[in-house]
Amino acid sequence: MENNTVLETIGLSKYFYDPVKFQVLKEINMRVNHGEFVSIVGKSGCGKSTLLYLLSTMDTDYDGQVIIHNELVTGKTDKELALIRNEKIGFVFQFHYLLAEYNVLKNVMLPGMKLAKYSDKELEHRAMEHLKTLDMQDQALKMPNQLSGGQKQRVAIARALINDPLIIMGDEPTGNLDKKNSDLVFDIFNKLTQEKNQTLLVVTHDTDFAQKTNRIITMEDGKIIS
Amino acid sequence: MNFKLILNIALHLLRARLKQTIVAAIGVTFSIAMFIALVSFMNGLNDLLDGLMLNRTPHVLLYNEIKPSENQPVLLSEEFKKNTNFVRSIKPKDRGKSIYNSKTILAVLKQDPRVIDVAPKVTSPVFFNSGTIEISGIINGIDVLAEDKLFKISDYIIEGKVADLLQNNSIIIGKGLSDKMLLAKGDIIKITTSKGNLASLKIVGISEIGIAEIDNVMSYTSLATAQKILGEPTNYITDIQLNLYDMTAAPAVAKEFQDTFNLDTIDYQTANSQFETGSAVRSIISYSVGVVLLIVAGFGIYNILNMMIYEKMDSIAILKATGFSGNDVKWIFISLSVIIGLAGGLFGLLFGYIFSSIIDVIPFETASLPTVKTYPINYNPLFYGIGITFALFTTTIAGLFPALKASKVDPVEIIRGK
Repeated sequence: MENNTVLETIGLSKYFYDPVKFQVLKEINMRVNHGEFVSIVGKSGCGKSTLLYLLSTMDTDYDGQVIIHNELVTGKTDKELALIRNEKIGFVFQFHYLLAEYNVLKNVMLPGMKLAKYSDKELEHRAMEHLKTLDMQDQALKMPNQLSGGQKQRVAIARALINDPLIIMGDEPTGNLDKKNSDLVFDIFNKLTQEKNQTLLVVTHDTDFAQKTNRIITMEDGKIIS
Repeated sequence: MNFKLILNIALHLLRARLKQTIVAAIGVTFSIAMFIALVSFMNGLNDLLDGLMLNRTPHVLLYNEIKPSENQPVLLSEEFKKNTNFVRSIKPKDRGKSIYNSKTILAVLKQDPRVIDVAPKVTSPVFFNSGTIEISGIINGIDVLAEDKLFKISDYIIEGKVADLLQNNSIIIGKGLSDKMLLAKGDIIKITTSKGNLASLKIVGISEIGIAEIDNVMSYTSLATAQKILGEPTNYITDIQLNLYDMTAAPAVAKEFQDTFNLDTIDYQTANSQFETGSAVRSIISYSVGVVLLIVAGFGIYNILNMMIYEKMDSIAILKATGFSGNDVKWIFISLSVIIGLAGGLFGLLFGYIFSSIIDVIPFETASLPTVKTYPINYNPLFYGIGITFALFTTTIAGLFPALKASKVDPVEIIRGK
C-alpha cells in the first residue's frame, strides 16, 4: 500500500493574509496512487487551485506536510524543490506558457536540458517521439506564435512529458479549448495513465471532463467533501 | 549548474530584444571608449610634461654645495662642549666645485645594482664671444653616451647629432644662443672661461628644450673638451647624475649616498615636488570622468534588464515551474548583463584605441615643445585592462539587482493571475 502512493498530504492548511487573514485550506489529508487519473472539482474560490499549487511544490507557504513519492518535500530548499519539479512533476496550465524565443522542439526539450539526464541528441529524439504521439511532429520547427490554441496546448503537454514525470498536474488544461481539442487532451491523458502508469491530477471546471476520470475529488470551503 | 543551458537561454532572450540590447551595449562601448581615449591622452600629456622635467633632472644628483661648515671651531673646544654656542655671521665655505675622488665614486656607483647608469658632468659658467659682444652662458661637459641614455638629449637636438660631440673641440649650443649670435651648424664659436682661458669650438648641433631661459644660455660639449678648456685634469667632475630602476626609492638612496660619499645630494622628488602633484591631479580627473561615464552606462543596463524582467515574467514563471531554481534564473539575468558588458566593453576597447590613434595624429605644434608634432598618447595596456575590468564590474552590479528580483518572482502568482 505504502509503495503504491505517489502523493500524500497530512494536515495541509493554507492561509491568505491579504486583505484579511483567511483560511483557504483546512487540514486536508489526501492520498493519490500511481497510475490514477484524478480530477479536482469544486466552485470558484473553494481552494482547489491553491491545493494544486501546494502539491506542485511551487507554493511553500503552508502548514502541514506534503509527501511526494515517499519523500517529505516540506521544508526543502528552493533548489531541491526545483529539482523535484523538474524530475517528478509535469505541468499543464490553462495558458500554454511557451517561450516565444524558442521553436516548438526547443520548448519541449527545455526541461529535459535542465535535467541533463540525456544527451541533446537523445533528448531531441524523445521530444520528437512525444510530439509524434500528440500528432504535432510537422510543427516541430515552427515558432509558438505560428500555432493555434489547441496546438500550443499540445506542445505544452509534450513539454510536461519530456522528463517522464511521476505526476502530471493540470490547472484547467482544457479551459481555453473547444470540445474537440478538449476531448483530444483527455484521450492523451487517459492513455498516459494506462500505458505508462503516470499519475494525473487535474483541476477542472469542465464536468464532462471530470466525469470521465477514475476519481473525482470534490472540494468545498477548503475541505474535501468526497 | 548547467551554464551552457543558462547561457543559451540568456542569448535567446537577448536576441528577442536585440535593439534594446544593442542600445545598452553602445552605452557601455561609448563610456569605455571615452575612458580609454581620455586616460591615454591624459597620461600621454603627463608623460610629455614629466619627460620635460625628468629628462633634465636626474633621480639623484651628487654635487658640492656652497654652504657653511657644519663643524665650527668652537665645537671642537673641550671647554665649551657642554654649552649652547651661538656663532654669528658665519660665511659659507667653498670647498671647490670638484668632487673629490670622483673616479672611485663613479666606479662604485656603476657597480650598484639599483642604478641604471651614471653620468658625470662638468658645469661651468662661460662667455660666448661674438665680435665685441660677450654673452654669458653655461657649458656642460657631458659623458655623451651616458647622458643620452639617461636624459635622451638627442630628443632636443634640432640640428646635428649628439654623437658628433665625441669629436674633439665640438659643441652643441642652444637655439637662443645661435639666434642671437647668428651662428649655424659648422661655424666656430669662441669661448672665454671664468679663469680667462680662450677656446674655439666647432658647432656640430643646435638644441632646443623649449624653455627660452635655458635655450639662451645652454651649451653641451664632451667631458674631455670641457676639462681641457677649463684647464682641469681628467678627474675634474662637478656633478654626478644617476638614474635608478625604482624612481620612488630616490629620496632614500640620495640620503644613503650623502652619508657614504660625504657629498651633497638632491633627489628627483625634492627637486620637482610641485610637478608630481600636477600629474596626480590630472590622473584623478581622467579616472573620475571615466568612472562617471561607466556608472551612467550601468544605469542604462539596469533599466533595460528591469524592463526585460517585466516583459518576461511569464517565461520566468514557466522556467521555475518546469524545474529551474531561483538561482538559475538569477544567473540567466546576470549572464545577460555580463554579455552586454563584455560585448560593449570589447567594442569600447577597440573604439578607444581608434579614438586614441586619431588624437595621436592631430597636429599639435607649440613653440615650447619643438620635438612634439602631434598630441601625445600613452598606449599603456594597463588602461585597457582597467577599462574591461570596470565594464564587467559595473554591468554585473547593474544586472545583479534585476537578477535578484527575477529570482524572487513567485511563479504561482503569475500563473494564477492569468
